[in-house]
Amino acid sequence: MPDIAALEDLVTQVRRDILRQVHKVNSGHPGGSLGCAEFFVALFQVIMDRKDGFHMDGKDEDIFFLSNGHISPVFYSVLARSGYFPVEELNTFRLIDSRLQGHPTTHEGLPGIRVASGSLGQGISVAAGAAETKKLNNDPHLVYALCGDGELQEGQNWEAIMYCAANKVDNLIVTVDLNGQQIDGSTDDVLDLGNVRGKFEAFGWLVHEVANGNDMQAVIDGLNHAKNMSGAGKPVCVLLQTVMGNGVDFMMHTHAWHGKAPNDEQLAIGLAQNPETLGDY
Amino acid sequence: MKTYTDTGKKDTRSGFGAGLTALGQTNPDVVALCADLTGSLKMDEFKANHPERFFQVGIAEANMMGLAAGMTIGGKIPFTGTFANFSTGRVYDQIRQSIAYSHKNVKICASHAGLTLGEDGATHQILEDIGLMKMLPGMTVINTCDFNQTKAATMAIAEHHGPVYLRFGRPKVANFTPEDQTFEIGKAVHLQEGADVTIVATGHLVWEALEAAKALNEESISVEVINIHTIKPLDTDAIVKSVKKTGCIVTAEEHNFLGGLGESVARELALHHPTPQEFVATNDTFGESGTPAQLMDKYGLNAAAIAAKAKKVMGRK
Repeated sequence: MPDIAALEDLVTQVRRDILRQVHKVNSGHPGGSLGCAEFFVALFQVIMDRKDGFHMDGKDEDIFFLSNGHISPVFYSVLARSGYFPVEELNTFRLIDSRLQGHPTTHEGLPGIRVASGSLGQGISVAAGAAETKKLNNDPHLVYALCGDGELQEGQNWEAIMYCAANKVDNLIVTVDLNGQQIDGSTDDVLDLGNVRGKFEAFGWLVHEVANGNDMQAVIDGLNHAKNMSGAGKPVCVLLQTVMGNGVDFMMHTHAWHGKAPNDEQLAIGLAQNPETLGDY
Repeated sequence: MKTYTDTGKKDTRSGFGAGLTALGQTNPDVVALCADLTGSLKMDEFKANHPERFFQVGIAEANMMGLAAGMTIGGKIPFTGTFANFSTGRVYDQIRQSIAYSHKNVKICASHAGLTLGEDGATHQILEDIGLMKMLPGMTVINTCDFNQTKAATMAIAEHHGPVYLRFGRPKVANFTPEDQTFEIGKAVHLQEGADVTIVATGHLVWEALEAAKALNEESISVEVINIHTIKPLDTDAIVKSVKKTGCIVTAEEHNFLGGLGESVARELALHHPTPQEFVATNDTFGESGTPAQLMDKYGLNAAAIAAKAKKVMGRK
């Protein structure tokens, strides 16, 4: 059984990493990053069967693709704290000559990144391709992907979603971060997504909902459940209800912090709400 | 003067199909994806021989490019097949981010390029694709001239690690390059030695360049003909060496003059050996319906047009 208290300590530290990364360069995307902290920690610390070190080919291990690349601060923090690169390198986020580009890229050779993302809507396709290759290689490991809910407005997703069902890509688990927010406002106001569960099911996917995507135990249970749903001839979707800006009270339940960095005072408040656990970088 | 023989007209897309079939036998990592144009791309044989390595994606080119990028992770070498228009313009951002920027080993194979797909008209004719693809950092851009060369190129790009755009066409054209040729990416092929003017051609216009050279030779004009199958990286040395001898150059391509081979050649000459140049290319226009021959005549992309530009550029020396 995973040590939930220890994982929650890690989440708290990841939140600090997120705030400090974006504050230092006064740019980046803290809102969605904070909302997905539990997901990333659960995935990398508990759920995925990962090899030591980084191997681009990802053979004989579970692999992950981030489609909504703008939440790079949480991805970088969890990759670093899972041993892919030194935690101190978080200090270089978005700086010139850094491997930690604004949006993740393979271009600078950062361990843990297998494809560039940021221009939205492409991650499910890439993950599905990697899943097909795993099948060709008789590799029983799983492919995970995360995409945003607003991102589902991009048409390419639905090409990929149709493909995966038609071709029984059942070694793929796509999580949708349902935080209900995007840059211009709520997803309901910008372009109503309608019934997301119904859409995935109508396309032929198995869907599992996690009502509290910011509860560590619930996220672990939900992803384990999704794992058990895989291999049954259908692709699997996890609808993860999260709160944008989770863990920093003034950033929660609003799209305002989608792509805005806290100032010195706001940083201090955010950090005070998330006391250091594993040590700052 | 060296003469070339058409061994029987064949379409370059069939050269791609033949190359893919051969690769299927020799390279177990090669996989093929197609967006509902298996017959047009001549991928049927690969599909029949290796159904487990053939992926029908439907009319969904954006997804096809993403799938191909993902398939490289784990060691596969994906070849995507659709028309040139849908291989480039329609999916530019997918290629840019998931393939080129991510440096994925994907081979984007594009048929029906240029005007010569004919009657379908401008919605399906693309004259901008070379420019789109050559602007992407790290992308290799190849435009082959006949069946044999397209087959050889298809096999060669499987051995090259990195993204490649391979452009070919629909109509049956002269098949004149050797069946057993070795295709070297980035290496110009000297088809004919000459002293008065250099003609650098790519794709379907290589045969037209040879025809133009023959006609010019009858007027005692000595023409050097170079087949540039690889537009990026460009064989600058071969071109500069030739114009140092001839003093003028004509570039010929089934593409807009903006963004095409001619522009790439002009840049290299400006940097290394400024030389009078004339362009055989479309003049910033869309195409239209018609037979391939009618279109190539109307838009000035045939032997007669090349010969006229050769005389014109010789007058500018």
